Amino acid sequence: MRAVFEPGFFASSPVHIALVAGGAVAIVSAVIGVFTVMRGQSYAGHAFSDISVTGGSGSFLIGVSPLWGFAGASVLAAAVMDLIGIRKPRGRDLATGIVRGAGLGLAALFLHWDTTHTSASGVTVTILFGSMFTISSSIVPVIVAFSLVALGVTALLYRPLLLSTVSSDLAFARGIPVRLAGAAFLAAVAIAVSLAAMTIGAILSTALLVGPAATAQRLTSKPAWAFTWSAVIALAVTWLGVLLAYDSFYWPPGQHGWPVSFFVVTLIFLAFLAAQPVAARRARLERRGLAVSEG
Amino acid sequence: MTEQHSTGTSEAAAAPPATGQAPSGQEVLTGQEVLTVDGVGVRLAGRDILTDVRFGLRRGEFAGLIGSNGAGKTTLLRVILGLLTPTAGEVRVEGRVSTRRARARAGAIGYVPQKIMLDPDMPVRARDLVGLGLDGQRFGLPMPSRVRRERVDAMLRAVGAERFADARVGNLSGGEQQRVMIAHALISGPRLLLLDEPLANLDLRSEQEVVGLLARIAREQQVAVLISAHEMNPLLPVMDRVIYLAGGRAASGPADEIIQTDVLSRLYGHHVDVLHVHGRVIVVAGRGDDPHAAPAQAETGQGW
Amino acid sequence: MFSSFMTGTWTVATIVAVVAGVAGFFVVLRGSAFVADALPTGAFAGAAGASLIGVSTLLGLTVFSLLGAVSIGLLGRRSRHDVATALTLVLMLGLGALFLSFSTEYAPEIYSLLFGEVLGISAQEVGPTAALAAVCVLAILVMFRPLMLSSLAPESGEARGVRSHRIEIAFLLVIALVTSMALPVVGALLIFSLMIGPPAAARAFTDNPYLAMALSAVVAVVTVWVSIAAAYPSNWPIGFFVGAISAFWYAVGRGWSAWRRTRPARGAANRDEGAPAVAC
Repeated sequence: MRAVFEPGFFASSPVHIALVAGGAVAIVSAVIGVFTVMRGQSYAGHAFSDISVTGGSGSFLIGVSPLWGFAGASVLAAAVMDLIGIRKPRGRDLATGIVRGAGLGLAALFLHWDTTHTSASGVTVTILFGSMFTISSSIVPVIVAFSLVALGVTALLYRPLLLSTVSSDLAFARGIPVRLAGAAFLAAVAIAVSLAAMTIGAILSTALLVGPAATAQRLTSKPAWAFTWSAVIALAVTWLGVLLAYDSFYWPPGQHGWPVSFFVVTLIFLAFLAAQPVAARRARLERRGLAVSEG
Repeated sequence: MTEQHSTGTSEAAAAPPATGQAPSGQEVLTGQEVLTVDGVGVRLAGRDILTDVRFGLRRGEFAGLIGSNGAGKTTLLRVILGLLTPTAGEVRVEGRVSTRRARARAGAIGYVPQKIMLDPDMPVRARDLVGLGLDGQRFGLPMPSRVRRERVDAMLRAVGAERFADARVGNLSGGEQQRVMIAHALISGPRLLLLDEPLANLDLRSEQEVVGLLARIAREQQVAVLISAHEMNPLLPVMDRVIYLAGGRAASGPADEIIQTDVLSRLYGHHVDVLHVHGRVIVVAGRGDDPHAAPAQAETGQGW
Repeated sequence: MFSSFMTGTWTVATIVAVVAGVAGFFVVLRGSAFVADALPTGAFAGAAGASLIGVSTLLGLTVFSLLGAVSIGLLGRRSRHDVATALTLVLMLGLGALFLSFSTEYAPEIYSLLFGEVLGISAQEVGPTAALAAVCVLAILVMFRPLMLSSLAPESGEARGVRSHRIEIAFLLVIALVTSMALPVVGALLIFSLMIGPPAAARAFTDNPYLAMALSAVVAVVTVWVSIAAAYPSNWPIGFFVGAISAFWYAVGRGWSAWRRTRPARGAANRDEGAPAVAC
């Protein structure tokens, strides 16, 4: 047991924060991610993580707290994407790409001003590849609060969103404001992703949004179970990732420790691949079940 | 074309039907067909999608592949195209077996798929799409030649699409896109033309125009045309033959012989009624005299 | 800015723009914006890895982007394309994070790899860039017809022996090459802008696919020229201008298309009424 949990793991305060904050963010991302993947909006979700970087770097300049910079930029981007308002996936991805390109261009500009004016070298790296072990405990309550908001919006929208994802015409016929629900959801994604980007880095915000949800979809056809599986997988990979990252400090040869992002991403990838044979088997069983009931 | 009870042989000789026996829809294949579906069976994931499907199509014949959704129409088309290997039997196109490798002979079969993703923003004109039907599988850029352009123009004229030859395909109406896709499929001069549910999203007028166009193509260009559809009524006036799929089995022959209560009942494996209402044909499942059997409609014509 | 030491920059940037425009025509046609975005971003991780083992960054970039293309292609066979792309992307980035954790000497180089550096291109880079560019353009021209067919009517293509999966992987590999070639100039995060903005505008102006491809290249070249001209005096990153101008082109394209729709199409008076097609 000692080899698995290296000394001081449970006593370490940064670890506690990483587990709590990281875990909370992971669950929120995973839950929202289920809808995101279902709606084919993975690209938009990814775009938000980098756009929030723009907001974060811009916030240095006007002296606003990074949190508002991150979240604000993403929500703004969501609004723009929604205004451009293309429903077909191809056109939507193109619009997402353009918005992301423009947003990143701005990020480049802000960071350029940052480094020349505040000489914070490596701030680029920190923002883009952020680490879970450097979250300060003061923002934990804020993280939790925002997480609850994002989750709340999603829970509120659950049924209209599910129906309009399956068929927007069906939803429209039932009087569901499809456009509004979609926009609200996109805003929720923006908040969740920017939150995650700030907390655990831009890489993991995308990874935890898409990976666990995509894996869960391979494991089950029932929506409620998809959310549960997604959250469970996300929490598991995050905690395991934190553990491995902590342990890696003690691994030979050097004592520098490997980044959490690397572990979590690798675990997600492996989980996704491992789910494929399960998915194939489930599909076969379901088709047999269909055959039986058709007689 | 005579039908008789067949035990699965594909001998050349056709014998007269035994008297007193209803046509079973089983054919004797003479070997002169453009398309020969010979005892094809497909089993996927433990289910028999198709069982012992057997029919032939000659040049110039217009046949409808009728069946409800899920009956196996698309599966059968995929087998004919060589995209799916049958579990039993084989398909021969112009005498050569249709396999994954044989598929590479471009232009052997013209195929019009069910849905085309045509984006109105795409900078592709009708004539470009038709041109791809000529040589889309060859590498490189198409060499601008007068001969090629004339062939494309001629094909567009033949399907009545010359008016919108230079318009973006994504901007065309359903019926117009259908014509372009037919031109695309025909331009390489195939002897067999397959269409997967071409009438599905068309309005009435376009439907009639497309059916008329296809019948004319079959006749004038001596192409065997096979259309899959779940409604047979639009095709009844022009079909030479119907291939009726139900429960994975097929009955093939002239419409007035196959669309009969006894033939279809045998095919379905339970009783169905074939009703003629105002010139339309409706196939209804369930016995009329059983108060507890709700008459679920198996096939319908226009007007549910 | 037209002094001799800038020749390298102008030349390479022009070459890059032409290739990006040509490749971008198909990126937009196939709706592969996410892939075009993800490959260079992930490839950037390869540059970090290459630095680590002392190999040329360009090599590391190229290898990583090619591997990424293969991964997306393989994963994309069984899952949705956007999921395959996202997972490949994060895996590559995760590896990038790992590589970066082993050394802390990257910051300035990273910046120029990410956002482009107008002064960063020497005359010696013209040769290799031109060679790689020629390969990419040649590959696209050779694949032109099967690529068009499988992008527009994949089933018809399958019926003629054009295997969609093979074309997809070949296309992804070409995009990978394009991105690794263009990355040093315009930066990882913005090369994709050059591949989607100009084609989005070009396609609004012409119905002819060949013209649209040529126009994409022209618009892309104009974009980089303006970006260099603006970045040089201000010392702002090229990437910013590329991103902004690409967004401008996209807006122009959308606006023009919308305006065109309010006018009767050519020959519309002679055409059938018929119900509008259910596209997609």
